[in-house]
Amino acid sequence: MASASANTGGRIGQKQTKILMDILVYVVLSVVGIIFIMPFAWMVANSFKDIRGIYQYPPTFIPEVWRFENYTEAWTLTHFDLGFLNSAIVAAAVVLGQLFTASLAGYSFARLRYPGRDKIFLLYISLMMVPFTVLLIPLYVQMRAFGWVSTLQAVIIPFLFTPWGTFMMRQFMVTIPRELEDAARIDGCGFFRTYWLIILPLTKPALATLAIFTFVNTWNSFQWPLIVLGKPKVKTLPLLLASFQNQSGMRTPWHLIMAAATFVVIPVLIAFIVGQKYYVRGIVTTGIKGGG
Amino acid sequence: MAANVGQARLGQKRKRSAIEDVKRAFTGLRRGETIAGYLFLAPNFIGFVIFMLFPICFAFYIMLTDWSLAKEPQFIGLKNFDTMVNDRIFWKSLGNSFYYTFVAVPTGIFIAFWLALALNRKMRGIIFFRTVYFLPQITLTVAAATIWRWIYQPEIGMINHILELIGIDGPKWIHDTKWAMPSVIIMSNWQGIGFAMLILLAGLQGIPEEFYEAAAIDGASGWQRMRFVTLPMLSPALFFVVVTSLIGAFQSFDQFYVLTQGGPAHATTPLTLYIFQNAFSFFKMGYGAALAAVLFVIILIITIIQWQLAQRWVFGFEEDD
Repeated sequence: MASASANTGGRIGQKQTKILMDILVYVVLSVVGIIFIMPFAWMVANSFKDIRGIYQYPPTFIPEVWRFENYTEAWTLTHFDLGFLNSAIVAAAVVLGQLFTASLAGYSFARLRYPGRDKIFLLYISLMMVPFTVLLIPLYVQMRAFGWVSTLQAVIIPFLFTPWGTFMMRQFMVTIPRELEDAARIDGCGFFRTYWLIILPLTKPALATLAIFTFVNTWNSFQWPLIVLGKPKVKTLPLLLASFQNQSGMRTPWHLIMAAATFVVIPVLIAFIVGQKYYVRGIVTTGIKGGG
Repeated sequence: MAANVGQARLGQKRKRSAIEDVKRAFTGLRRGETIAGYLFLAPNFIGFVIFMLFPICFAFYIMLTDWSLAKEPQFIGLKNFDTMVNDRIFWKSLGNSFYYTFVAVPTGIFIAFWLALALNRKMRGIIFFRTVYFLPQITLTVAAATIWRWIYQPEIGMINHILELIGIDGPKWIHDTKWAMPSVIIMSNWQGIGFAMLILLAGLQGIPEEFYEAAAIDGASGWQRMRFVTLPMLSPALFFVVVTSLIGAFQSFDQFYVLTQGGPAHATTPLTLYIFQNAFSFFKMGYGAALAAVLFVIILIITIIQWQLAQRWVFGFEEDD
């Protein structure tokens, strides 16, 4: 409706209303924006305070005493070096694994013809709807049986296979013109070479979307690691951050917790700002497709 | 859509027998394609069977047992569901899940809708605002909940300071049985609105300009344009947002675990947290799996109801199906 008024705005009165409306909308958007940013700003500001500054009354937004050691202290107290390494290994393995299995299966579903293909695809789609909560208990029992509890395998291997990602790949590959492939096949390319040389390069946007989604989800993942990763040396960052705030003594060291939170949040924020285009497109395209 | 493809193909197949079809797939020119198809699918499918299909089937067995992991599982039939009926905390957590979902989702979508409308105006700086509103969404819930746990502290938290500035004596937020759930809902909406907003915005951007022009020529008022153009055209996106948000809300776990740990006095224990506690704190695998089955059924029912309703109010739903 807003865009309509922009088009009919020939008269001065309407133009003025539009400018007024724009100003009003900017004000509202900014106020909401401040509300959204405030918790982050509060987190960063307080990560530089000392404990007195945290419990000081009335509080100040800008620290009175700047304490940069919070970061080194939080880093060593929480063993974040190991946590970072674990989180990075898990995220890298899951992202690469999903790209591989999902694009292969996506190609198979989108292009190759064989008996049972559509039935298997339907099975994939219907199992996409099963909530992960249902899998927690049987999967945990399975991990125990495999001897994978408190190993990184437990948070990597079951997540290398993604019905959702496969679905997305298939939907994307279906839209690639067949002629390109046929040309390659006539030139004597096998199926794998066609997939590798023709299809994969054309699928880059969808691969980027899947990669950034999987990275964010894996990096942020909490519930399953909480269940299977008991030993300190395999814990990922979210687990360390959660357990750090529970081992507090008399006064919760909020300044250190906020420094730790800042550490954990930054890689995802960077990933998002770098890959925003793909992330947004992923939500928008799979969203509309999944719903309609 | 996929069902459509399947049906069309099935129609063709009826002319030949299924066995003949399989035979044909493995001989002659088609043989290579068939084998390649299975090989390409194999890595994914094997993992899918081992880590998804099998655990789901296994869950059906576990829920019929009494199992502490230390001993062998005892088959007890439907007794876990019997226990559930008299389990006060189960009913409390079920109520909490509904309370959380049916307050957080409508309020969140309502706000997201207005934000999306505002962002759909042709103005400078829209992408900046869109990014800002979306940042909490990609922040890990554990960190977000950590920040908010502190913001909610009654004495040193930010919210009560701000309230004090305008002369309001703030509640104890996460430490108060009445305010704990609203606290979680506020935090969850702060985090989750970006997703709904983005999808609704994409939906709004997909509405052809001509529709509004036609409506303007017909002399439609702002409200009428909203009622007869925007809402019907936006309904597929709205439908998608409602379904995914409801399903997501019923599965929320992280914010409850970090923000309130289910307290005080189970005021914020949702079904997911109760499942987790039963299975991994009390080691009642069977009971936990039975509770998870309840969650699954709820989600299934919501999905079915939504699809039924969609046929009535989503514009273009039937054509698309």
